[in-house]
Amino acid sequence: MTLRYGARRIRCRGFWTTPTCLNASQTPKVTVPWQRCRSVASTPNAERVLFPGALNSKFTNTIEFLRPTTKDAIPTYRVMDQYGKVIDKEIGTETEDEEALSLYRNMVCLSMMDVLMFEAQRQGRLSFYMVSAGEEGIAIGSASALSPSDVIFCQYRETGVYMQRGFTLDQFMNQLFSNSKDLGLGRNMPVHYGSSDLNIHTISSTLATQIPHAAGAAYALKLQNMQQPDIPPRIAVCYFGEGAASEGDFHAALNIAATRQVPCIFICRNNGYAISTPTSDQYRGDGIASRGAGYGIDTLRVDGNDIFAVRRATKEARRLALENGGKPVLIEMMAYRVGHHSTSDDSFAYRQRVEVEDWKRRDNPITRLRKWLEGRRLWDEGKERELRSRLRKEILLAFDKAEKGKKPAIKHVFDGVWEELTEEQRWHVEELRDILERYPKEYDIDAHEEGLDSLRELEKGGRR
Amino acid sequence: MTPKTPSIRALSRYLLHPQSSLHSRCQYRAQSKQYSSAAPGARLNGTVDYDTTSLLHHTSRSTLSNPELPPDVRKGQTKRINFYTAVNEALRHALQTDERVLVFGEDIQFGGVFRCTMNLATDFGTERVFNTPLSEQGLVGFAIGAASEGMRPIAEVQFADYVFPAFDQLVNEAAKLRYRAGKTGVHCGGLVVRMPTGVVGHGALYHSQSPESLFTHIPGLRVIIPRSPVQAKGLLLSAISTNDPVIFMEPKVLYRAAVEQVPIDAYRLPLDKAEILKSGKDVTIISYGTPLYTCSAAIAAAEKDFGCSVELIDLRTIYPWDRETVLESVKKTGRAIVVHESMMNAGVGAEVAATIQERAFLRLEAPVKRVTGWATHTGLVFEKFIIPDVTRVYDAIKKTVNY
Repeated sequence: MTLRYGARRIRCRGFWTTPTCLNASQTPKVTVPWQRCRSVASTPNAERVLFPGALNSKFTNTIEFLRPTTKDAIPTYRVMDQYGKVIDKEIGTETEDEEALSLYRNMVCLSMMDVLMFEAQRQGRLSFYMVSAGEEGIAIGSASALSPSDVIFCQYRETGVYMQRGFTLDQFMNQLFSNSKDLGLGRNMPVHYGSSDLNIHTISSTLATQIPHAAGAAYALKLQNMQQPDIPPRIAVCYFGEGAASEGDFHAALNIAATRQVPCIFICRNNGYAISTPTSDQYRGDGIASRGAGYGIDTLRVDGNDIFAVRRATKEARRLALENGGKPVLIEMMAYRVGHHSTSDDSFAYRQRVEVEDWKRRDNPITRLRKWLEGRRLWDEGKERELRSRLRKEILLAFDKAEKGKKPAIKHVFDGVWEELTEEQRWHVEELRDILERYPKEYDIDAHEEGLDSLRELEKGGRR
Repeated sequence: MTPKTPSIRALSRYLLHPQSSLHSRCQYRAQSKQYSSAAPGARLNGTVDYDTTSLLHHTSRSTLSNPELPPDVRKGQTKRINFYTAVNEALRHALQTDERVLVFGEDIQFGGVFRCTMNLATDFGTERVFNTPLSEQGLVGFAIGAASEGMRPIAEVQFADYVFPAFDQLVNEAAKLRYRAGKTGVHCGGLVVRMPTGVVGHGALYHSQSPESLFTHIPGLRVIIPRSPVQAKGLLLSAISTNDPVIFMEPKVLYRAAVEQVPIDAYRLPLDKAEILKSGKDVTIISYGTPLYTCSAAIAAAEKDFGCSVELIDLRTIYPWDRETVLESVKKTGRAIVVHESMMNAGVGAEVAATIQERAFLRLEAPVKRVTGWATHTGLVFEKFIIPDVTRVYDAIKKTVNY
């Protein structure tokens, strides 16, 4: 009774109010097939189902279950083979030599920073680190094919996206060492980067929570693209792993992205492992790509070791995402997680060392691009040595500078929780300041910028 | 930073030859920077010592003197094990003795990220001990369903910080199942949801939270937080055998740090009793989990400095909780302090303090003091300023006694 009444009221309102339009000249004309359907069952002679939930389904009198295991797996798109040879010479790589060199340098820089920071964590110089080994091409390749104004949501293994967009070595190191120049104010674990200048949201350790955010942000961009036709249109891009795709948030996100037709590229990095859990324990369908069709989303599977394929797929996905006002696209980038999950993990507890060694030898996004560059005589051993020597100096310089930096001011314990300090928090600030003043030897206050003054200032500011 | 940290020059060399590690052996979790380490000149902070604390049983005799243990267990043997091994032994015993018991969660098949389920899949088979896909709502809901059909599932959520996708399942399903089913008699007793909780020195926003008070606001759930290996083993076995759904929160910093003599035999500990860890006459401190060690160190310093006598109570079962033991103690001492890691507002301390003022008002000689996390999140480098430390508990004792 109540439910029915509620439903009617909603429908009435919808019927009587004039549809609001954001920009009269830009009325989006949407006539999608399912809006034309009559919600009545079909007549006995109809050949197609008219149930509202499955349009254009033909009747059949043979009982035939869909058996996904009998179908061929979704193909994996690549541009060059593992020897760096381009397969379709006519299409080519769609990449200028200078750009390819720059992509290569970034991948090498990322891998060198990873090696150093992993070892530095082992030495106890920072609390945590995550390497991108095996997935450098996905992050750097896809980021290079986007517009800098596109909004990005990352999971946590997308350091390459930040690097390609222009996050500097100093910025990486400031975050990793949680010093006062860290844009996250020393609050987040290492590798939880964020940058509003680069339009990348700050990383959260929780898995998959960013996927519905990307759908919502893309919807905001869709409306803004319509409201501001003079500004080049933007899309949202969301990265996540195949493990995260098991969370409810993934399914909710793709579904709502499809129903609202949002301009968003969902990029799944399928690296074979969620910490220790292999894909065989994670899902039984054909990867993550097979799910796209279930939500009515255009989908492609790509060889993540092939940076040219990653770039081409991302570029094409971006074009599709902006078609007719917007629609979501799913790309499954295939890779192998060469490194441990993080510095807190020893992956040889659950996979064979030889499996990793085999993968390293077989294929790798960096060596594949190097083979291509060498094939075009753009690269050689001398250039490699020179690059590595230069990067080594640059990375260590940033490392040293950041490690010596002071910690962020103590006021950042409290600010930023709410927009303004609450009364309760003011009590807490006072209590903490009082403790720190009366027990100065118990705390290393001088390690923090401005010492106790920042708390006193916060207290005064609150009283105003 | 340890004095042995290699120089930048050594790191630079390492970058040239990454094959050879700077250390002879690259160990799992070799070292981890502790942002919460005490200042060099500290007298109070940094005095929690798990090797000597009186809260852990360092001898077999001390363990077996516990009157809560069944008589036959008290005549048996003990062995020195850490917290995660105690959890492992409880799970092993449950799997061995009851074929309805299942153990599952993310990454548990290889032993779990905290090693609590080591060798269980090998020994009991992957029909009963298995990896689930990465979905907390899925695996907790799955556990509720299995429990409602007569199994005794023990589900692991990798971190308490990641339990929230399963909140709906716990609050609206696990907690309400028996009540909703009425005369049909269906319930999900036997369900235990285990999760590592609390700060660890470098967990930041998403590996530090203690969300127990969110679950103590839900009728139908039991919330348990053990403080030590002996407690973990006994309380976990009771949790598995009780016919109510249980949230079992394991302080993750204790997994390796807390080591004590634990009875080899299986035993259960009561789910309706707080435990007086140290008797005293001037003030009662009520706490649970990791902060008990902080309290113990603060009490030692305060008793020495102020000549006062402090009683320490471990709540153990956070909900439903043992009001009687707490009220009796406070009626005796006339003063109370509640200590926990999670923030003050609507925390467990609020409930304990309110109950004390309701039932022991006329005996109070000072307001009930709460020493808790502040109204903020656990920022990585700020943990040491946010979570109650020895200094803050010491100061609270001083203020409460001198009120």
